[in-house]
Amino acid sequence: MFWEMLKGALVRQSRKMFMVALTIALGVSLTTAMLNVMLDVGDKVNRELKAYGANITVIPRAASVLRDVYGIEASSGKTGQYLQEADVGKLKTIFWANNIVAFSPLLETKATVGSDDITVVGTWFNRQLELPTGEVVATGIKELKSWWTVEGNWINDADIKGAMVGSTLARKLNLRIGDSVEVALPGGVQRETLTVQGIFNSGGAEDDQIFVTLPFVQQGLNLPGKIGKIEVSAITTPENELARKAAHDPKSLSLKEWETWYCTAYVSSIAYQIEEAVGDSRAKPVRQVAESEGTILQKTQLLMLLITGLSLAGSALGISNLLMANIMERSREFGLLKALGATDRDVLLLTLTEIMTTGLFGGIAGYFLGLGFAQIIGHNVFGTAVAINAMVIPWVIISVILITLVGSLPAMRMLLSLRPAAVLHGR
Amino acid sequence: MSLLELHDVSMIYGSVKALQGIDLTVEKGEWLALMGPSGSGKTTLMNIIGCMDKASTGSIVLDGVDFTDVTAGNLTMLRRDKIGLVFQQFHLIPYLTAVENLMVAQYYHSMPDEQEALLALERVGLKERARHLPSQLSGGEQQRVCIARALINYPMLILADEPTGNLDETNAKLVLEFFQQLHREGHTIIMVTHDPKVAELAERCIVLEHGRIANRKDRRIVCREEEVS
Repeated sequence: MFWEMLKGALVRQSRKMFMVALTIALGVSLTTAMLNVMLDVGDKVNRELKAYGANITVIPRAASVLRDVYGIEASSGKTGQYLQEADVGKLKTIFWANNIVAFSPLLETKATVGSDDITVVGTWFNRQLELPTGEVVATGIKELKSWWTVEGNWINDADIKGAMVGSTLARKLNLRIGDSVEVALPGGVQRETLTVQGIFNSGGAEDDQIFVTLPFVQQGLNLPGKIGKIEVSAITTPENELARKAAHDPKSLSLKEWETWYCTAYVSSIAYQIEEAVGDSRAKPVRQVAESEGTILQKTQLLMLLITGLSLAGSALGISNLLMANIMERSREFGLLKALGATDRDVLLLTLTEIMTTGLFGGIAGYFLGLGFAQIIGHNVFGTAVAINAMVIPWVIISVILITLVGSLPAMRMLLSLRPAAVLHGR
Repeated sequence: MSLLELHDVSMIYGSVKALQGIDLTVEKGEWLALMGPSGSGKTTLMNIIGCMDKASTGSIVLDGVDFTDVTAGNLTMLRRDKIGLVFQQFHLIPYLTAVENLMVAQYYHSMPDEQEALLALERVGLKERARHLPSQLSGGEQQRVCIARALINYPMLILADEPTGNLDETNAKLVLEFFQQLHREGHTIIMVTHDPKVAELAERCIVLEHGRIANRKDRRIVCREEEVS
């Protein structure tokens, strides 16, 4: 009989219940979309934030002292301290290897073009690097400096005579794509002629420099296999008290704190692991970049949580109004059930089953609608699909139950206070 | 022992005294008519007897059970087990068929039995209309479904609140004949009515005025007086 009554009520009020289901579906769709985006946004925002550049710089340990004391840049060659190019691949062997999205070795030197002193930087542009695991990754400044606008082409790493010239320097030297430029490296007797493959605009100090392949500078300086520094872009977790304490001195951590810190992708933790992997190195987080990334990510996620919360609250309010109107309209029916011997519990059970059944349909529809919304957000905001996360499903179920129950509360209170004597006599 | 005993029952809503000092006894198998002008307290009294309201003061004993101080839950159980209700406005569940409306009363009483519900409809001459929705039934037919529903759980007391108030003469006659038959079978009936002719069918008639019982005369005298006035 219960099911006949339930079926009758649902079929008879299909339009009203459709409105309730629609309200639930809208709330749930936003929740599904926001949660899916939120869970995927960490990677996406971090990848977007690669435009901030490297957030870790790896330099020779001894050179870091010189830099700290005398302000001498490690990659300039003036420190006389170098890292091994062969160690660069070790970056992808650390625990947080997957969080390291781009890196590039750099070896910098002063040179002259005509009568002008300039800076020449040897680096990897788009290197296919074979890792000790046998895996091949593409890395270099093309990945690392993705915000550069390049006129012409990026250099092929095999093209040892190719050069990319910063836009300011190109204007100063009146260089165009395809032009040749004669560069004299320090101590070098002969001049090397390079072909301008591309002119880039970085918006920074690099616009006054020439970027060439790493072997060109290594050969010119007679430093085979040596590099001045490595710039690393890593996806990191926003810093907290623990991370700050560890950054100050990892040895001050207790064993449990150390484990937590080591197994969390804090910039300091990743830097620490890089130092472990790359011999005699010092990995320094670029604090401004790392902290800005963390802050932006936190704020983005907070915004999404707020939108989710507000959409759920809005749905609960909508459901509340619809159900109140429904109960008022059906007050005689419920009064009659009570007059016939239904207890408050019986009437609540019937009504809640009606609402939860409607919620189930609304929830399922909302979930799939939300997956669609997530993809629209993904493509419009990040230019890529948002991964569907199964972890969202339990949260969606909880939110359906929550908004339906919270939205039903005023109606249920009204139902409980409904006196058959009053409603059956039109009072 | 009387089936129903009310002693000094009063009902007060704020400053309004809807009922004052009602003393009333109804014997098993008796048909009592309740009359009185609008606002005299007839429906309030019916609600108290029907366990749908609790009196402000006084004691009520139904079938030896004093329900003066019982909880709302126990009142529901008493109503379910001992009372059959017939309303002026029928009050059928609109999305259930006639037989299902009877089965709802069975469901909340014990368990639904379709065969028994069909027999009850047959008794009120509606077996053929068992699968019709209330909207497909005439007023008289709906009221007969109501009567069948009131009887389905074998109540000790049938409370009818102006059962012919919304019916035309032909249907009213049919319904009243059915009440007469129930009375002959030994059912106890308390019926609120405005119609002296309907009250005349009862064994006893009491008139309420301003929440008090105005008189306790023989039904014929009361009804005649009401008719003259």
